[in-house]
Amino acid sequence: MAGEVLIRVEGVSKKYCTDLHRSLRYGVQDLVNEVRGKPRGNSLREKEFWAVRQLDLEVRRGECLGLIGHNGAGKTTLLRMLNGLVKPDTGRIEIRGRVGALIALGAGFNPVLTGRENIYVNAAVLGMRKAEVDARIEEVIDFSELRAFIDTPVRNYSSGMNVRLGFSVAAIMLQPDILFLDEVLAVGDMAFTLKCLNLMRSIMERTACVFVSHNMPLVSSFCTHVHMMHRGQLVSQVGEPMEDVIARYVALAPALRTVYGDGAQVGARVLGDAVRTDGEGRVHVQQGTPLELEVTLRVDEPAHLQFVMQTQGTVPLVHYAVEEGGTDRLFAPGTHHFRMALGPAEFNAGRYGLLATVRRATDRSVLHRREGLVELVVTAQKMTWAHILKSVNVIPLEPVERHNERTDG
Amino acid sequence: MARGKGMDHEELGTVVYTPDSLLRRPAKLFATMAADLGRARGLAYRLAARDLKAQYRSSLLGYLWAFITPLMTTLVWVFMSSTGVIRIADTGMPYPVFVFTGTMLWQVLVEAVSMPQQQVSGAQSMLVKLNFPRESILLAGLLKVGLNAAIRMAVLIPVVLFFGVLPDARLLLLPLALAALIVVGSAVGLLLVPIGSLYADIGRVIPMAMQVLMYLTPVVYAMPQEGLLATFFRLNPLTPLVLTGRAWLTGAPTPMPEHFLLVAAAGLALLLVGWLLFRLAIAVLVERMGS
Repeated sequence: MAGEVLIRVEGVSKKYCTDLHRSLRYGVQDLVNEVRGKPRGNSLREKEFWAVRQLDLEVRRGECLGLIGHNGAGKTTLLRMLNGLVKPDTGRIEIRGRVGALIALGAGFNPVLTGRENIYVNAAVLGMRKAEVDARIEEVIDFSELRAFIDTPVRNYSSGMNVRLGFSVAAIMLQPDILFLDEVLAVGDMAFTLKCLNLMRSIMERTACVFVSHNMPLVSSFCTHVHMMHRGQLVSQVGEPMEDVIARYVALAPALRTVYGDGAQVGARVLGDAVRTDGEGRVHVQQGTPLELEVTLRVDEPAHLQFVMQTQGTVPLVHYAVEEGGTDRLFAPGTHHFRMALGPAEFNAGRYGLLATVRRATDRSVLHRREGLVELVVTAQKMTWAHILKSVNVIPLEPVERHNERTDG
Repeated sequence: MARGKGMDHEELGTVVYTPDSLLRRPAKLFATMAADLGRARGLAYRLAARDLKAQYRSSLLGYLWAFITPLMTTLVWVFMSSTGVIRIADTGMPYPVFVFTGTMLWQVLVEAVSMPQQQVSGAQSMLVKLNFPRESILLAGLLKVGLNAAIRMAVLIPVVLFFGVLPDARLLLLPLALAALIVVGSAVGLLLVPIGSLYADIGRVIPMAMQVLMYLTPVVYAMPQEGLLATFFRLNPLTPLVLTGRAWLTGAPTPMPEHFLLVAAAGLALLLVGWLLFRLAIAVLVERMGS
C-alpha cells in the first residue's frame, strides 16, 4: 500500500570539515553568507569532504526505508538534514507531515527530577501539549513498566531504565506521518525489545519511515526496501532486491586476516559451480549450497589441522575437526593436497571467515594460524536472528483436531 | 490513499529545506518565526520549570543564591567605605542602600547577558538531535531571569525600608526598569551567541567585560560630576538603566528619563535583530557543534 510521497530528497549534498579550527572558521564564513542572503558554496574548501553527495530518494507513506552502511558512510548526516537540524549544501529536501524522531531518547531529561516530571519535559520537547500528555501519561508509564520507580529521580535509574522511559514517551505520544529511527530499537531486555518492535510495526503502517541500523535481521524484517550508503552516496539501485543490498553491505566490511606463525602453510579454495569469487577473493554462495574445499597443507614436522567457521564478530560457529578413526588426523612432514566436504552452508545471510589452525603433534603448540583462509559471503532470501538456519518439516502424528475458528469474514 | 477514517483528508504541512539563505524569502521567514514563537511558549515554560525545580532541589540554599553574590559585594563595599579604605562621594541615601540596590540591579543585567549563551550550550545535546522550536530555550531563559529578578526585588525592598528609605508610587514602575535591564542584557547576549557558540573565548570575555563595566556604571559609587570618568558614565547606556531602577526603588529623583526610554527602545530593537540572527545562525551552529 504505497501512499503519497512524504519524503523527497533531490540532489542533496553536505560537506564536513576534518579539522576543528578550520571547521569553526568555515562556520563563521557560513554565518556571514547566511546573513548576507547568499547560499552556501557548493565547492569544497580545504580539508573538507562530502559527507553526503548528490543523493536522491523518495519515501512514501507505508514504506520503511532501511538505510545501511558502515560508520562514516553519511547515514546520520542525512538523517539530520531530513530532520531539519542542519541545512543541505546543495539540493532540496521536501518533508510532508508531522515528523517524529526516535533518535535522542530521553532528550531533555533532568537527572534530579522524577520520572513522571521528566515525561512532561520530554513530551514537551517532542511537541506535545500538556493536555495531550495528561491524557496519555498512564499509558506511557504502563508501557515503560517503571510504575514502581516513576516518582524516583531519574539519576537513580539504570541506563536501560532511562532509555525505556524515553522510548515509551516517544513511541506512545508520537503519532507521526514521518518517523526517523536511528539505532534505538535495542532497548533493555528481550521481552521489552519485542514489545517495542511490535509497537513500532503498528506505527509504521501509516508512516513513511527511515530506519538507520547496523542490525541486518532487524532491517530485513522491518523495512520494505533498503538503501546502502558508502562515502556519502547511495550505492544501491531503486528496486534492487533487499538481500543483494545487504550482501553488498556485508561484503564491504574489512576482512579479518590475521596470520600467526610460519611453522606451516595452508591454502584453500572453494570448489563447485554454484560459488562465485569476487575481485577481492571473497566467495559468494547461496544459503544451503554444499561447501567443498580443496586444501593444500605444507608442514615440516608432524602436525594436526583444524578449521573453525567464524562470524564477522569472530564468534566461532562450527568446529570442523579433521579426524581419522575418531582421533585427530596426523599430517606427516611434506606437502598434502586433498579435498574436504564441509556440508551445506546453513548460515544466515552475512559474512563468515574460515579459520585454520595447524598444531604441532607432539605438544599441540600452534605452528600456524590463519584467519580468513576462506572468506564466505552467504546470500539468502531469509534473514534470521540466529547464525544458522535450518528448514525443518512437520510430520503429523495424528489428524488435526479442529477448534472453532474465528469467523470474521 | 483510499478514503479512510479520520486522517486521510487532513492537509499535511510541507517543509522544504534548501541551501538558500532563509533571508531569500523574508515574508516566509518572519511568518515561521512568529509561528514558532507561539509554539515555543508551552515548551519554554516546561524547560524553565524543569531548570528551576532541579536547581532548587539539588541545592541546600536554593533561591538564596539569587542574592548571595550582590550581598557579598555590598558587604565588601560597605566595609571598605566605613573603615575609610576608600572614600565614597555622597550618594544621597544610606550607602548600604545605594550599593545593595546597585548590585542587585546589576546582577539582573549580568544574568541577562550570559543567559542566551548558557541556554544554547545547556541545550546542545537536544539541539543537535531534535527539531523543536529553538525559540523555546531563549524564552525559558527569559522566564528564569525574570523570576530571579522578581525574587531579588522581594528581598531588596524590605532591606531598603529597613534603612528608613521610603519609595514612592513610582515603585510600581519597577518591573519596567527590570524589563529594560533584561531586554538590553539579553539582546547583547543574544547577538554574541553565533560567535560565542563557535569560539569559547566569548564566554570568557563576558564576565570580565561585565566586571569592568560595573565600575563605569553608578553601581557601587555615585556618578562623578566631572572629568574623564564622568564622560564615560554619561555616555554609558547602562547608566540610565541602573539610575532609573534605583530611583524607583528608593524614591530618589529620576535622572535622564528620556535616556532611559531611548536605551530601552534600542534594547528592544536589538533583541529583535538578535532573534533574527539567532534564527539564521542556529542551523550553522548545530552543524559545527557535533553531537
